Amino acid sequence: MCRAVGSGTTAESASDTGDDGVKPPPFAYHAPRTEEEALATLGALGEDGKVLAGGQSLIPLLNMRLAAPPALVDLARLETLDRIAVTDTHVRVEARVTHERLRRDERVAAAVPLLRQALDWVAHPVIRNRGTSVGSIAHADPAAELPAVLALLGGWMQLRSVEGERTVEAGDYLLGPLESDTRPGELVVAATFPRPGVRTGTAFEELARRHGDYAMAGVGVRVTLDADHHVGDASAAFIGVGGTAIQVELTEVLRGQPYDALDKAEAIGLARASIDPTADIHATAGYRRHLAGVLLGRALETAVRHAAGQAPPDSGSAPEGPGPTESAAPGSAAPGSAATESAPTGHASGGYREETA
Amino acid sequence: MTTRMVGAPVARSEDPRLLRGEGRFLDDLGHDAYQVAILRSPHAHARILDIDVTDALEVDGLIAIHTFEDLPPRLQQPMPLLIPHPALTAGRTQYVLADGEVNHVGEAILMVVATDRYAAEDAVERITVDYEVLPAVVGPENALAAAQFVHEEIPDNVAAHLQQTIGDAPRAIAAAPHTLEFRLDIERSASTPMETRGTYARWDADDRRLRLYTSTQAPTSVRAAVASFLELPLAQVECIAPDIGGGFGVKIMHPWPEEILVPWVARELGHDIKFVEDRREHFISSNHERAQVQWITVGFDDAGRVLGLDVRFIHDHGAYIPYGLIVPIITSTQLIGPYKLENYRVTFDSVYTNTVPVTPYRGAGRPQGCFAMERTIDRIARHLGLDRTQVRGVNFLQPEELPYDFGLTFQDGRPYCYDSGDFPASLAMLKTLIDWDGFEQRRAAAAAQGRIIGIGMAAYVEGTGVGPYEGGHVLVEPGGKVQVATGLSTQGQGHQTAFAQIVADQLGVAFEDVEVVTGDTRRFQYAVGTFASRAAVMSGNAIHLAAVKVREKALKLASDALEVDVEDLELAEGRVRVVGSPDTSIDLKVLATLSNPLRYAFDDSARIATQFATPADPDAPPVGDDEAPGLEATDYYSPVRSTFANGMHAVEVEIDPETSDIRILDYAVVHDCGNLLNPTIVKGQVLGGVAQGVGGALYERMAYDDHGQLQNASFMDFLIPYATEVPAVRIDHLETPSPLNPLGIKGAGEAGVIPTSAAIAAAIEDATGIVIDAMPISPSQLHERRLARPVTAGEGTP
Ligand SMILES: Cc1cc2nc3c(=O)[nH]c(=O)nc-3n(C[C@H](O)[C@H](O)[C@H](O)COP(=O)(O)OP(=O)(O)OC[C@H]3O[C@@H](n4cnc5c(N)ncnc54)[C@H](O)[C@@H]3O)c2cc1C
Repeated sequence: MCRAVGSGTTAESASDTGDDGVKPPPFAYHAPRTEEEALATLGALGEDGKVLAGGQSLIPLLNMRLAAPPALVDLARLETLDRIAVTDTHVRVEARVTHERLRRDERVAAAVPLLRQALDWVAHPVIRNRGTSVGSIAHADPAAELPAVLALLGGWMQLRSVEGERTVEAGDYLLGPLESDTRPGELVVAATFPRPGVRTGTAFEELARRHGDYAMAGVGVRVTLDADHHVGDASAAFIGVGGTAIQVELTEVLRGQPYDALDKAEAIGLARASIDPTADIHATAGYRRHLAGVLLGRALETAVRHAAGQAPPDSGSAPEGPGPTESAAPGSAAPGSAATESAPTGHASGGYREETA
Repeated sequence: MTTRMVGAPVARSEDPRLLRGEGRFLDDLGHDAYQVAILRSPHAHARILDIDVTDALEVDGLIAIHTFEDLPPRLQQPMPLLIPHPALTAGRTQYVLADGEVNHVGEAILMVVATDRYAAEDAVERITVDYEVLPAVVGPENALAAAQFVHEEIPDNVAAHLQQTIGDAPRAIAAAPHTLEFRLDIERSASTPMETRGTYARWDADDRRLRLYTSTQAPTSVRAAVASFLELPLAQVECIAPDIGGGFGVKIMHPWPEEILVPWVARELGHDIKFVEDRREHFISSNHERAQVQWITVGFDDAGRVLGLDVRFIHDHGAYIPYGLIVPIITSTQLIGPYKLENYRVTFDSVYTNTVPVTPYRGAGRPQGCFAMERTIDRIARHLGLDRTQVRGVNFLQPEELPYDFGLTFQDGRPYCYDSGDFPASLAMLKTLIDWDGFEQRRAAAAAQGRIIGIGMAAYVEGTGVGPYEGGHVLVEPGGKVQVATGLSTQGQGHQTAFAQIVADQLGVAFEDVEVVTGDTRRFQYAVGTFASRAAVMSGNAIHLAAVKVREKALKLASDALEVDVEDLELAEGRVRVVGSPDTSIDLKVLATLSNPLRYAFDDSARIATQFATPADPDAPPVGDDEAPGLEATDYYSPVRSTFANGMHAVEVEIDPETSDIRILDYAVVHDCGNLLNPTIVKGQVLGGVAQGVGGALYERMAYDDHGQLQNASFMDFLIPYATEVPAVRIDHLETPSPLNPLGIKGAGEAGVIPTSAAIAAAIEDATGIVIDAMPISPSQLHERRLARPVTAGEGTP
């Protein structure tokens, strides 16, 4: 696939539907070993450089000639940026961590249950074994789960370039369909997901045409109960029903409701009015709007029960099991301990256990 | 006696090789070949005004660019209309490269040859074509309305209009106590095999000989077509179908433009050439199917007995009609299913649209026909408030009425005549398998939990094993291996296994010692092809007949050698032995050696066959008048008409009350393909068919927009069910042997896909109370239908 550099224009948009092939146009290929080298390469390339992470979104675009970046900077050979850090306040996920590794990590599931709840819905094992969580957020597909998780938890992205480092909050980072605030020459080094507070429950619900497809509509929910188990604070983030993850604050319509007798009608109404679904060959806009409301109702029920400690911290109808409990993320430590970090054990196999579901 | 192989669930002998990655598919061949990329039309209908290749000439690695103008006169002729029919009065086929006009998105315009595919595609990208875009005709009804024309000289867009009748349907309907009239829609789908099309040609300039590898279901016919287009003697063309990653009908279509262009260019350039279609190309340039709109009028009595059925349908065959009227003719006839119809009229128009052509896809018109008939029976039951299985029961042809000739003409031009089956018995088995009578209880239990479930069923009859013929060659080698060859090709059906079982039984040899080759014209040059659930029936019986001949020859040779009467001999364990005294025997491989009198003793075993080794009658020729050297035989099987398999499916579905999501809870199949050669293989065929049927029912549709652009030309948006969407299927077999062939078998390849849409539609209808008259159906569509329903109608009780 590595070919001599030729001329070519960067065509990020999917508007060119001409006579597409399956072989990518020429591009230069860089496989830096260190972060400095990566940043230097990206800096030198400027507009011409494109980061290649798991390739699960970028490679299809290249093959169908919908994107033609002159140069790719592959993260595969980097010796760093592959850690998951779980601290008392957050989970920090570096650029090379795959969806599946994050999904399987018991410390992550304990600290930020919404990550596994959402990752259970992401694609299929073979794709999760390659696709990176950071790459998914950088790619900013409006139907992707992780951007919604980042938004809902008030997380942020950390970007570096030869100029230095910036931190961008979810709301500012996710700009629109396939548009994120990653500037030429920049590398996203990590995404950080704050831990939800006490008595906070989360859930993720969605419906796709087929198992593992991008959803027709989906929603992540975060609810905090007060000491009496009444709703204190609630928020939802929808996917597949707008140009980017759409966050809807529900505190006003749910505050004070007892967790075991929620009246969700107003929340559902508000949500349906706040989203902006469009029709495509798989579903009408009206159906997506309806579906988003139904899913919100279900997610809220799961989340409040989760918050009240009456249900295990897993979304009830999640499509994948939570992974082996005997587990063992490399270097896994008891949840609740101070900062623990994990790095994959080796590079030969890509450094993660592959799922054979 | 060696254990009988036919009928045993023998594990597929082809799998170890394939599972080890040792398969040899088209793209595994020809690594040094130049590669082809095709520039395809981005418009559904346009005139080509100008082609400018200047920029492409700079591409490194470019070898050649060919347009229509560059082709020799023979290649400038239209592609063949493979199956002519008297009713096909306005048949049009495409050119290998467009001659000034394109009629669907994806039609081939020019061919680029380069050192690799990357360079070929770079060049394609730099070629500019000037088009005058013409209005596109999309959708069967628009075609018939004929506001625009696909082909200027066919002003009604109709290629053929055909009517077939039994009795007098309009009169019977007029006189019937009840009548119903309704419309049904089936959308377009396609075979979508895992391996796309591909062709690889080697031209041997010294021998002036062409070797063509192509991913086809009809290698002998591709060979003949290529020889004709390239004006080569047939003997100078070899065509080989290597391992094929699925066909499902699309690869019975032939020759594809690339199957002509690639060998032509190979000869022109004196270099190996390869073309492998990419997935997007497959969607827009390889043929589709299904796509019909049907109007039904039915008259029936109080018991639900159909007194008259009048069906009119439009068949959308796309931009060209290379495969003739096979699909609509199959729909017209096979629509009848297992029912006794005495008054039937069916009329179709086969119309042109600016879309990819339509040729058979597994089921080949039957799923549409089954949908029409089974939806009709369900409507009758609903109208009369009768159980749907009961209405089927009163309409069934009874076993004692078979063979039953309906008085129609089938796709092979022969009488439409059912030879075997027992429909009441099949239905009884199906009802038990799915516990049909216990369903109302399950429905009530589900309803108590706020769940909506429904049950449905559908029955079909499938004409299989159409002629004209297939052949088989069986040869016992002096080394003991048995070599078997048949001309038709294999796309994963397990022919190697099933055919070896047949031969092992006849010759009393170990299954492992039988080697089967299919789809290689170097080994067998007379064949028709793999389609219409015909390989087991046609080649299976041909190989059986050839094996019987070899057996007779072996017995005769052994009788001479052992000086024992033929009647006292048997074949077992690789030997011919005397019945009752198995110690007196002769090895089959010795007989193979003896069958070929030799002058030269090139090895130990050959020595026994030389002129001085055996005492022979000095006055008789070593090879007798009616004899031929070698322990081998060739034979052919040619049936008078098709043999009819049948089956019934039942399915339980659950509808999410809020999201309208559709989930299959249970799926049961009763299948009758006569004697089972190998139950495991039959099961695999049925399961695969059901999986494709589920795709057709709930997921797959070719979404053309009004301009003839296919909006979902990728596996991202054309939804093929994953393993997670395909239900576990329980299968029961009824075996009513066919009286038409020596093995008593009927075809099984397409069966699974035929009734799936009808059965699932029935179950959704039963669950929701909404009449389902179009398939596939998505949760979004079902939601909209449920919204539109009058508020009074309740769900769950149709
Ligand atoms: C069949 C299929 C189904 C899928 N289903 C889902 C699904 O249901 N939900 C879902 O969320 N996703 C789904 N995906 C996408 C998958 O999650 C991808 O892995 C993810 O979108 C991108 O991650 P990646 O590592 O593969 O990124 P790549 O494909 O390598 O890159 C994607 C984009 O992000 C940029 N990028 C990546 N990493 C960085 C970085 N560190 N810094 C700067 N820019 C970066 C790249 O330059 C590129 O523009 C599916 C993919 C496939 C093929």
